[in-house]
Amino acid sequence: MTEMFEKLSLYMQYPFVRYALIVGVLIALCSSLLGITLVLKRFSFIGDGLSHVAFGAMAIAAIFNMTNDMPLMLAITILSAILLLRSGQNAKIKGDAAVAMISVGALAIGYLLMNRFSKSSNLSGDVCSTLFGSTSILTLRKSEVWLCVVLSILVLIVFVLFYNKIFAVTFDEAFARATGTKASVYNLLLAVIIAVIIVLAMNLVGSLLISALVIFPALSAMRLFKSFRSVTICAAVYSVLTAALGILVSVLADTPVGSTIVAIEIAAFAVCWLAGAIKGGVRR
Amino acid sequence: MAQLICQDLTLGYDGHVILSGLNFEVDAGDYLCIVGENGSGKSTLMKTILGLQSPMHGKVTTGDGLRRSEIGYLPQQTVVQRDFPASVWEIVLSGCQGRQGLRPFYNKADKALASENIRKMGLDALTRRCYRELSGGQQQRVLLARALCATQKILLLDEPVSGLDPRVTAEMYDLIDTLNKRDGITIIMISHDLDAAMRYASRILHIGSTVFFGSKEDYLKSDAAYTFRKEGETA
Ligand SMILES: Nc1ncnc2c1ncn2[C@@H]1O[C@H](COP(=O)(O)OP(=O)(O)OP(=O)(O)O)[C@@H](O)[C@H]1O
Ligand SMILES: [Mg+2]
Repeated sequence: MTEMFEKLSLYMQYPFVRYALIVGVLIALCSSLLGITLVLKRFSFIGDGLSHVAFGAMAIAAIFNMTNDMPLMLAITILSAILLLRSGQNAKIKGDAAVAMISVGALAIGYLLMNRFSKSSNLSGDVCSTLFGSTSILTLRKSEVWLCVVLSILVLIVFVLFYNKIFAVTFDEAFARATGTKASVYNLLLAVIIAVIIVLAMNLVGSLLISALVIFPALSAMRLFKSFRSVTICAAVYSVLTAALGILVSVLADTPVGSTIVAIEIAAFAVCWLAGAIKGGVRR
Repeated sequence: MAQLICQDLTLGYDGHVILSGLNFEVDAGDYLCIVGENGSGKSTLMKTILGLQSPMHGKVTTGDGLRRSEIGYLPQQTVVQRDFPASVWEIVLSGCQGRQGLRPFYNKADKALASENIRKMGLDALTRRCYRELSGGQQQRVLLARALCATQKILLLDEPVSGLDPRVTAEMYDLIDTLNKRDGITIIMISHDLDAAMRYASRILHIGSTVFFGSKEDYLKSDAAYTFRKEGETA
């Protein structure tokens, strides 16, 4: 045990580990907060869909040899998020089907483009690391860390300021609109925030595992609590703990960061599910 | 001056007309019942009044100091997901959201209003309970309390008693009647229950193949009521 702590304190002296911890926890926190709304609006898979869009954007950026692909990724992802959340309302194609369509489409086109035009010698390695995030969180540069920190804090502030409005719009959009809440504006805001979080989260867990960061905290918290506020707080705490634990374990055990975090989230979900079942059983 | 004026309204979806040439006015303190067969466009009319969808022709105007966002609303079916975590308190308080503008948090006045409406609806004991674990009648009262937070003036109710048992139905009607008579809130209610409509309403709007608008005394004598009743008996 002491050996482990020694190893840990040794690792903590490396800036890349500290960066990974800060960025990882912030991104997990942001995704979990938005995740509650997404799960309740039946958009659980939007994380998956948008991250594939971001992957497609990355492929395009690679073709044009852009050194900084962040702006293009952000722009395209935000646009798709707006389209998806808007189509959810007057649904000719239902939300989940639209997400699935965009998700698969962007992934296929992205890979096709990369395959045709990429000049990289290690193509499958590149694809694998964008999809699974593998070690990229441990190779963050200082500027990227700052960008992540600033954007995450912005997202958190917006979430807190608009918490009551997000609740009203999520619970009953028709009522909110009828009584004068500008629901479309808040939907737009949500779409932008979600897109930003997803582009950020790609650095952490890669595009395939983003859904986990979005879904697990919300679902686990909903096992245990029954008011929106307590679910929000629980999901936030849950995501911070699992992300921190996941990163530390992956550093110590030398496992891929994204998969480790998700594995821990699954375990924690099981615990919450059990606790919820026992709690419910006792009450009944 | 009337609180709500509908002029020459044509309602429909995607270029398909459901109802046209609808004219009526609602004054402060009125109790208007909207009746008509299934699919005649009652809910559509209500959504148009609320501004959730725009009329194909004609317009809805408000007067008498009523603003568009001051209309309380109880939907026909709230498709609230079965797993939505929300307490009674959170839902009722969210009725105050329309007036917030950009103000991020609820203030003392909002919270006082929410408590008052919770008390009015007899929900004190349930304040901290989870909405999805309540009975249908309790849920309706929660949504009514929320609607009351959004307005002191006019309530639109879309079949507020559907799916409730006779006792709870009577309670609900009494509650709505009290709101109308004691608090002076204008009521516009969609109902399939013609007897209740006759008992409580002061005016009737019948939509469908024949359109009628007027006092309930006149309605009883009209053709619209005759055919509607007759269909009700044979059905
Ligand atoms: N979203 C929609 N898109 C297209 N048509 C619709 C839509 N909603 C309703 N309609 C059609 O409009 C007509 C009127 O519907 P509406 O819901 O207003 O009826 P209603 O009078 O409220 O019926 P009920 O008594 O069953 O509640 C129906 O023929 C229905 O098929
Ligand atoms: Mg209806």
